[in-house]
Amino acid sequence: MIKITGVDKSFDGFKALTYLDLNVKKGSIYGLVGVNGAGKTTIIKHLTGVLKPDYGQILIDEESVYENIRVKEKMGYIPDDLYFFATYNLKEMSRFYRALYPNWDQSRFEHMIQQFSLDPQRKLSRFSKGMQKQAAFILTMSSKPEYLILDEPIDGLDPIIRKLVWKYIVEDVAEREMTVLVSSHNLRELEGICDSIGIISNGSMLLERDLDELKADVHKIQVAYLARPENPYAGLNVLHKETRGTVDLLIVRNRKEVVEEIINESNPAIFDILPLSLEEIFIYELGGENNEITDIIF
Amino acid sequence: MFQLDLKSRKSIYEQVVDNLKELIITGVIPPEDKLPSVRELSKALTVNPNTIQKAYRALEFQGYIYTVTGLGTFANAPQNKRVDEGMVQSIKEKLRQEIKELLYLGMSHEDVHKILEDLMAERGGWR
Repeated sequence: MIKITGVDKSFDGFKALTYLDLNVKKGSIYGLVGVNGAGKTTIIKHLTGVLKPDYGQILIDEESVYENIRVKEKMGYIPDDLYFFATYNLKEMSRFYRALYPNWDQSRFEHMIQQFSLDPQRKLSRFSKGMQKQAAFILTMSSKPEYLILDEPIDGLDPIIRKLVWKYIVEDVAEREMTVLVSSHNLRELEGICDSIGIISNGSMLLERDLDELKADVHKIQVAYLARPENPYAGLNVLHKETRGTVDLLIVRNRKEVVEEIINESNPAIFDILPLSLEEIFIYELGGENNEITDIIF
Repeated sequence: MFQLDLKSRKSIYEQVVDNLKELIITGVIPPEDKLPSVRELSKALTVNPNTIQKAYRALEFQGYIYTVTGLGTFANAPQNKRVDEGMVQSIKEKLRQEIKELLYLGMSHEDVHKILEDLMAERGGWR
């Protein structure tokens, strides 16, 4: 279990994280999202023990992460900006990893190299960016982590490799209850794989929830009336409303049954109800104050 | 086993529940047949095992499947199914929309009635 409570961090007077909480259950796949500069990479660097918080606690299985080898041994981390030793190839790199990680699985490593068809003798610095990402993924997955932390893992990978990467991740979650935290801007891809979502904004957690519950709570509806009743939306929690011609477009935070009951009572001529995609929830939650942005989207 | 539509507005969870229900209702998975384990299905579909687990729990609650500890999950005999009132409401809502559309096309009430009866007749063999 990952438990982050009240983490504060400043860099030269710039406040990067403000009282940030984050919780990931064991065996869960957790998606961390937020606009550029919200603090995703900073919190990931705290979680992996690269940075030390000014205040607050970062616990994995109830142990502090910073300078703690026991915790780091069971953690796999693929950063956004990869680093390999300049002259090393995959094979040499694997020896380094094997020395660090007690759960290293050599047969899996060899199998994965073949599957991703990477040349283990070629220098890593000669690999393309996408191939370097694959190499990092192979090394990390071969160390059989209990906790897998991925900072924008799928950017720059082709669709075939992406599918393969997710397949490996899901398999390890299913087989040995690996816990995954993944940050990405590809919300559609996250939506298909995560069970929990955390949205970070300005260095704090804006919202953290089970993805299906989150989606069951917010709906987009389209309503039109022949004879508009007085105040048809009374009783609904309307987040956003706009009128296009005679059709009203609303974002409401209510359960589907409640919305249907209230709207059907007012006898609409047209009534459509759609669940919001994660992308729309993200834009709504984070673009909310800026009407110009929300107007483009909805 | 079945395919998921990642572009659908329906969540993966709902799709898994609906697909399995269909397989059980149509008898493609006969009663007492073993379903794939959460792990197997999760790997086969590349879907988060927690989502599959949740879908199985919902199906069990609605009586479509049952679990025997240590043996696995099995399809239930049809008469044990519990009717989900919420689902009935939401399907009724869908039918309301579809019927409205048929009327827009200019069909008479009798024609629509005929269509519904024909469709029901097709399902004559179902329990």
